[in-house]
Amino acid sequence: MAPPLLRVDNLQTHYFGFGGSRVVKAVDGVSFTVEAGETFGLVGESGCGKTTTCHSLVRLLAASARIVGGRIELDGENLLDLSPREMREVRGRRIASILQDPMASLDPLFSIGNQVGEPAYYHGLLRGRPLRRRVTELLSAVRIPSPEKRLREFPHQMSGGMRQRIVGAIAQAGGPRLIIADEPTTNLDVTIQLQYLNLLKELQRQSGVALIFVTHNLGIVAKMCDTVAVMYAGRIVEMQSVRGLFYAPRHPYTKALLDSIPKLGNKDPLYAVPGQPPDLSALPSGCSFHPRCTRTTAQCRAEDPPERRDDNGGLTRCWLPVEQPVPAEAVHG
Amino acid sequence: MAEPLLQVRDLKKHFSVKGTGLWGSAGTVRAVDGISFKVNRGETLGLVGESGCGKTTTSKLVLAAERATAGHIEFEGRDIATLPDRQLRDYRRKVQVVFQDPYSSLSPRMRVGEIIGEPLHAHEAISRRDMRARVAELFELVGLRPDMARLFPHEFSGGQRQRLAIARALSTNARLIVLDEPVSALDVSIRAHIIGLLEDIQQRLGVSYLFIAHDLAAVSHLSQQTAVMYLGKLVEVADSLELCATPLHPYTKALFAASLPSHPDEAREEIVLSGEVPSALNPPSGCRFHPRCPFAMPRCSEEEPALAELSPGHTVACHLY
Amino acid sequence: MADITDVARSLAAAPRLVWRPLRFMRELPTIPILILGGLIFVALLAPVIAPHSKLDPVTPTKAQCMAKFDIDNCPYVDGLPPVWISGGSLTTPLGTDFLGRDVLSRLMYGAQISLLVALTGTVVAGAIGTMVGVLAGYMGRWWDQILMRITDAWLTLPSLVFAILLSSVRGPGVWNVVLILALVFWSRYSRAVRGEVLALRERDFVRLAEINGIGKTRIIFRHLLPNVMNTVMVLFSLQVGVAVIIEASLSFLGVGVPPPEPSWGAMMSEGRDALMEGSWWLAVFPGICITLLVLSANMLGDWLRVRLDPQLRNR
Repeated sequence: MAPPLLRVDNLQTHYFGFGGSRVVKAVDGVSFTVEAGETFGLVGESGCGKTTTCHSLVRLLAASARIVGGRIELDGENLLDLSPREMREVRGRRIASILQDPMASLDPLFSIGNQVGEPAYYHGLLRGRPLRRRVTELLSAVRIPSPEKRLREFPHQMSGGMRQRIVGAIAQAGGPRLIIADEPTTNLDVTIQLQYLNLLKELQRQSGVALIFVTHNLGIVAKMCDTVAVMYAGRIVEMQSVRGLFYAPRHPYTKALLDSIPKLGNKDPLYAVPGQPPDLSALPSGCSFHPRCTRTTAQCRAEDPPERRDDNGGLTRCWLPVEQPVPAEAVHG
Repeated sequence: MAEPLLQVRDLKKHFSVKGTGLWGSAGTVRAVDGISFKVNRGETLGLVGESGCGKTTTSKLVLAAERATAGHIEFEGRDIATLPDRQLRDYRRKVQVVFQDPYSSLSPRMRVGEIIGEPLHAHEAISRRDMRARVAELFELVGLRPDMARLFPHEFSGGQRQRLAIARALSTNARLIVLDEPVSALDVSIRAHIIGLLEDIQQRLGVSYLFIAHDLAAVSHLSQQTAVMYLGKLVEVADSLELCATPLHPYTKALFAASLPSHPDEAREEIVLSGEVPSALNPPSGCRFHPRCPFAMPRCSEEEPALAELSPGHTVACHLY
Repeated sequence: MADITDVARSLAAAPRLVWRPLRFMRELPTIPILILGGLIFVALLAPVIAPHSKLDPVTPTKAQCMAKFDIDNCPYVDGLPPVWISGGSLTTPLGTDFLGRDVLSRLMYGAQISLLVALTGTVVAGAIGTMVGVLAGYMGRWWDQILMRITDAWLTLPSLVFAILLSSVRGPGVWNVVLILALVFWSRYSRAVRGEVLALRERDFVRLAEINGIGKTRIIFRHLLPNVMNTVMVLFSLQVGVAVIIEASLSFLGVGVPPPEPSWGAMMSEGRDALMEGSWWLAVFPGICITLLVLSANMLGDWLRVRLDPQLRNR
């Protein structure tokens, strides 16, 4: 059987501050796989480690962060073994990224044509007229009207939605097998967001590219993803097919998130998860979610639950998953 | 029935935009172009729309931070444009705002106790002791410990800062609070807290809210009535539950289609709008929505539809009806 | 709601506040702090720790009088070298000047003058410049136009030449120099402060204060000024060095602090001729002092700039 497109195995990325005296385990043992053409959702709130995980995948970390353990295998090849030069070959060509703020991703000084063509140009794939043709193709693939005219225009002349689509075109330009999209629609209006998500799905269908979608919005996950991993305090606490996640969430955090989202046409009181997202430099003992969980036992407070995998490739990190009955000692609300 | 707390009639705000030459204007931005709505006492009106629809300008007008070009804003029966200065100050006391960004709405170098007490301080001569007591009361109301009053804003989390912003808005016994995207910048699990807090406060104190947001689900959860805005005009106003059950205007339907499903199998009428939101400088003729409307008829580009009541409490501006 | 207060308690916990000052001290830049601290210490305690007077010559020993003038006693012995050179004496470790005054003591008293003048002058300049910047940035329109044009014009004036011009009008004297420093340097602050205020004005908390009907004066003092203090402090520390040099230059040229007060600049001026004759210590030691002061002020200012800039911090 062919290896999965991406296999992440026990990835650990830590931030080192104050001359090494303070260590924040931003990513603490994350493992997942992404198959070719799959859409993989990475869900969590701020500080859970999802963005650091993405940065680790392309090895573009802040100066104070380091990958301290694990493997990242792209088509069977461990990216952590590559030299900086080899890694540059990977970025843009085999893995591309789409970030949250399109204005920050686009250089205001260079034309659209220049920026969309850059990955292909840099990786030595195309030059001159074939390059221009490819750029025009890419722009029309992302539904930019009159793409030939746009080649000479600049980012500030475009609307937010169009800019994000241009960023999508740049991501496609090197012909990657995997695109990492980190909250790409957070700054967009909802109707534009819908256009954009449909566009991404269309691009996927055409080119077979796999997509890692990082978001805190479960609605996007429901629409776009095949498999979902929920992150909390630097770990994956649940991973399942998207239907499984929504119909039968296993981890109490996932269930709490689902219950706390307002649903259209429903005025029932929302469940408010008590407490705050955790401070990664001062994690609680045992399971990092236990202070906010309604189903904690003594074991939850003392021991960190291990990853439990099931037959479908799903994963749960919990002593007392939702489907199990709650023992008397854990009921304290 | 009691008169509404806030009644807005045919409100307009036009900005003139400078031309590229030395003089002359390039045109007028009709940010708000004739909207009417009311907010009842102790209730919430949700105002939904995307960027450029005019909801931010509307909030500024209601807060008297901008002067209307035309139309009336009546608060407790009186037109605020005609209020003399002293009563305008009183209006500012009674109408407060909570902004979207919890990180920039609190003055970074002031202690939070002072920040919360500031509106009170500005409006009444109040002794320090009374002020401290009132601040403590407000802290408890929003679920924070009063001894945190001496801390600075950066020592609080985003959700806590929004609580502080809400406490500040309540400090002068406001009757109406304009909520400008109060939860958009917060983590998902914290949003439920803040929405719950707002509901709680409304029940306890009878405060009214003008809830401005783009998240239909949150708006319809908190509001009794929802109004949908597009390019300076209201296209549909209805009771929130009814709006969710039977949206009538195509734009409303598109908003619903776009506000993502709550689970993967949820059936939705897929309406994907084409194109971008047009500029308010040059709105389309006739019905402003017609260039993007999947149901557009020839009449739509010629004649602008008026808001008509289709069922009790449910008004729509569309030629389909 | 109990859960929230519990978690909130752990967030705003007292322990963090207690060891925060300790953590702060570990991050201070040691060398500039030590140097500046040392200079300030000397300046404050000069009358107590200076071995000799700043104005009167050192009473020479009989041996020294014999060695120099070949008489039994004399009012002063001039030109004594530092102690490590032959002819030097431990009582005057850095030597004496042409009037027999002890160089070390004069340097110590000179610290008083340099620090006093530079600090005060910079503070006053900062106060004027900040207010101008705040008013221009916040009040906008006419205020902005007029104040900024004045600032721009003022900035084009070359500082030393302008200072000399002002001193010819006011005459020499310590407080005159302070005034001159204030007048020459205030405009350095206005531009930067105005920029900050323009950005601050758009922030929610200022808009909110305006919506609440809070008066402009209160907004300026409660909301704007405290938030521009970071920028002002950085500018201040960087300007102190410049002020020291201008003061020294003025005194060097004879139009600053008048003799016989031992300003370091004046000492250098007086030592100029002696330099030719070989008594290098009269000009070099004051020069070293000026260098140390300016260097450490600049290093401190640079550290402050990095520390106070939210984007550059690693926290």
